Amino acid sequence: MTDHQIKDQAARDAAASVADYEHGWSSDIETDFAPKGLTEDTVRFISGKKNEPEWMLDWRLKAFRMWQTMEAPDWAKLNVPPIDYQDAYYYAAPKPKKTLASLDEVDPEILKVYQKLGIPIEEQKVLAGVEGARRVAVDAVFDSVSVATTFRAELEKAGVIFRPISEAIKEYPELVKKWLGKIVPMHDNYFATLNCAVFSDGTFVYIPEGVRCPMELSTYFRINAENTGQFERTLIIADKGSYVSYLEGCTAPMRDENQLHAAVVELVALDDAEIKYSTVQNWYPGNAEGLGGIYNFVTKRALCQGARSKVSWTQVETGSAITWKYPSCVLNGENSVGEFYSVAVTNNFQQADTGTKMIHNGKGSRSTIVSKGISAGHSNNTYRGLVRVAPQAEGVRNFTQCDSLLLGSVSGAHTVPYIEVRNPSAQIEHEATTSKISDDQLFYAMQRGLAQEEAVALIVNGFAKEVLQQLPMEFAVEAQKLLGISLEGSVG
Amino acid sequence: MLQINNLHATVADKPILKGLSLQINAGEIHAIMGPNGAGKSTLTYTLGGRPGYEVTDGSVSFDGQDLLALAPHERAAAGLFLGFQYPVEIPGVSNVQFLREALNSQRKVRGEEPLSGGEFLKIARAQADAMGMDMEMLKRPVNVGFSGGEKKRNEMVQMGILDPVLAILDETDSGLDIDALRVVGDGINRIMRKPDKAVLLITHYQRLLDYVKPDFVHVLAGGRIVRTGGPELALELEEDGYKEMAA
Ligand SMILES: Nc1ncnc2c1ncn2[C@@H]1O[C@H](COP(=O)(O)OP(=O)(O)OP(=O)(O)O)[C@@H](O)[C@H]1O
Ligand SMILES: [Mg+2]
Repeated sequence: MTDHQIKDQAARDAAASVADYEHGWSSDIETDFAPKGLTEDTVRFISGKKNEPEWMLDWRLKAFRMWQTMEAPDWAKLNVPPIDYQDAYYYAAPKPKKTLASLDEVDPEILKVYQKLGIPIEEQKVLAGVEGARRVAVDAVFDSVSVATTFRAELEKAGVIFRPISEAIKEYPELVKKWLGKIVPMHDNYFATLNCAVFSDGTFVYIPEGVRCPMELSTYFRINAENTGQFERTLIIADKGSYVSYLEGCTAPMRDENQLHAAVVELVALDDAEIKYSTVQNWYPGNAEGLGGIYNFVTKRALCQGARSKVSWTQVETGSAITWKYPSCVLNGENSVGEFYSVAVTNNFQQADTGTKMIHNGKGSRSTIVSKGISAGHSNNTYRGLVRVAPQAEGVRNFTQCDSLLLGSVSGAHTVPYIEVRNPSAQIEHEATTSKISDDQLFYAMQRGLAQEEAVALIVNGFAKEVLQQLPMEFAVEAQKLLGISLEGSVG
Repeated sequence: MLQINNLHATVADKPILKGLSLQINAGEIHAIMGPNGAGKSTLTYTLGGRPGYEVTDGSVSFDGQDLLALAPHERAAAGLFLGFQYPVEIPGVSNVQFLREALNSQRKVRGEEPLSGGEFLKIARAQADAMGMDMEMLKRPVNVGFSGGEKKRNEMVQMGILDPVLAILDETDSGLDIDALRVVGDGINRIMRKPDKAVLLITHYQRLLDYVKPDFVHVLAGGRIVRTGGPELALELEEDGYKEMAA
């Protein structure tokens, strides 16, 4: 059974269980699924399931009505098959994915990847969704729930709020109301609007004034990772002078029943605050012939609102059939800083259109963009970036470097920079290179003892080094292995 | 140790090696000289298993194994080292990382335990010191921004770290200054002049052979060995060139 078939099966099981009840989702019958399709009732169902306050439901409904009037974006360099939004499920409680009795039932291809990444057996079970694995895994690998509890206590002591956003909506409504939809407005784009209407859950983080978050939120996140579903919503608020480092994602490919993912991530940094947001994304890319795979349409934006605030996006993107994402910074604060470090790998028939926007509104704001695109197979990899300098923004600086590496002769790499400067004092630098892994390099490395795939991985990691070294240590190592694995079979 | 029999090889469908035979025994040092375009580098690459260098006839055995049946990295693990005429740059990958991964991959193929970072650095430091190379250079990306002479010296550091059984050194002396030539010559003797090892030096000049005394000197022309002699042959060629030689 392939991963994709597993997904289909789970969806069919879900459909069957819903169809069994005449009124499915409506009132008295407890079910974990919204019916297929997207209507106002679906939105009400989701909000009801979460026991949301009235204002939240109104917000969702407003988004839904707006979405109905919108059209899907015009795909520049992407070839996106039409998506039937009525032929999908928009809400499933976190549990219903079909559990497997043992690792033997997992797609051997996925198991191979786990092994290559060196993920411990018990953790593999969690990732693959094996029955009863969760507790065992936590016990065996991370010394049990007590670790999580220790983490939570430590965070609370520091005053850090780190919760599912569904809880934060109820417990910290003022904070949520103040920023939700303020960084990525409801009408921002088709997928963001859709997310507003139907988001299932996600993460809320608040770092109080002057607090340096006592741990990488990745550490905590990793052991508590629940499948937050296809419409994830994240809001991180860094109050004055605070610091937080957050890592989302996982190097191991996770089972996932949903083909369309449309997440929204909003970050806000006040005076002197700093947020470091790292992503390792390795969703199912489809098979070697280009069948299946996740569509990943994400809106990520940071507001550097305060003076001297700083946001740094680092992403390693190896998964998904289609990736459409532009983590951006709106640099309102004086002398605020935005950074974007990206490695995007595409192989086989994958398509990625990714980049960033740096919007310089504040005086003396600075930004750095380092994008490394690696394309192999029949894939297409596009960097699309915007640097905009507002008229009032004196003394802005930007440095952009876009490097593309091609493997094989049928892959594509494209660089599309947009530069809009309305203040003459701005210093904007743009450098772009395109290169191939040369036969000379490969043979040199192989002659020294590396097998072909090891040689490719080494050269690719060298190419991506500036970005990889931005990642937290533990993930940098895994991300390096991941790059090699993603490109297996792409040369020779 | 190395037995080449009637080797024919083509590059881009063009026959370059045309019936080359050569035997190298353990403990021996051989030198190959020959005019530009004779096929010396082609011989090197063919023995290393470089893709695109196609063997159309003949055989090569290395320590009793069929060398031509092995993948390039397996040849390396079996103890074959090529010193490149033009060492290659690998941006973003430090020499330390490169060589440690290479050495550990070789060890894996040979069924040996990998070396830890500390163990490897000890070996790397000793070899860099012996070649008069600053450890800081080993931390830089492979050959990137190295001068021509530094690249050649780096080849010798790599040879010292990988500790091969047979080294084929393609014009390692070209581009070296007078002092570096001595350092490289001493390095070859130190690392490779052992009863269970052998060296094939490819060179255009006698001067390297002053430091590394060969047991045999061969002339490669027109894709074959056309003459073989002792160290005196190199001196003779220095005088007369290759014009007497049938190509
Ligand atoms: N990729 C290639 N395509 C076509 N011809 C090639 C190719 N590579 C090498 N040759 C030819 O093969 C012949 C032998 O080249 P090779 O590099 O082996 O010579 P060499 O003896 O090492 O010369 P030098 O002393 O100049 O280093 C030359 O005529 C060269 O032009
Ligand atoms: Mg040559």
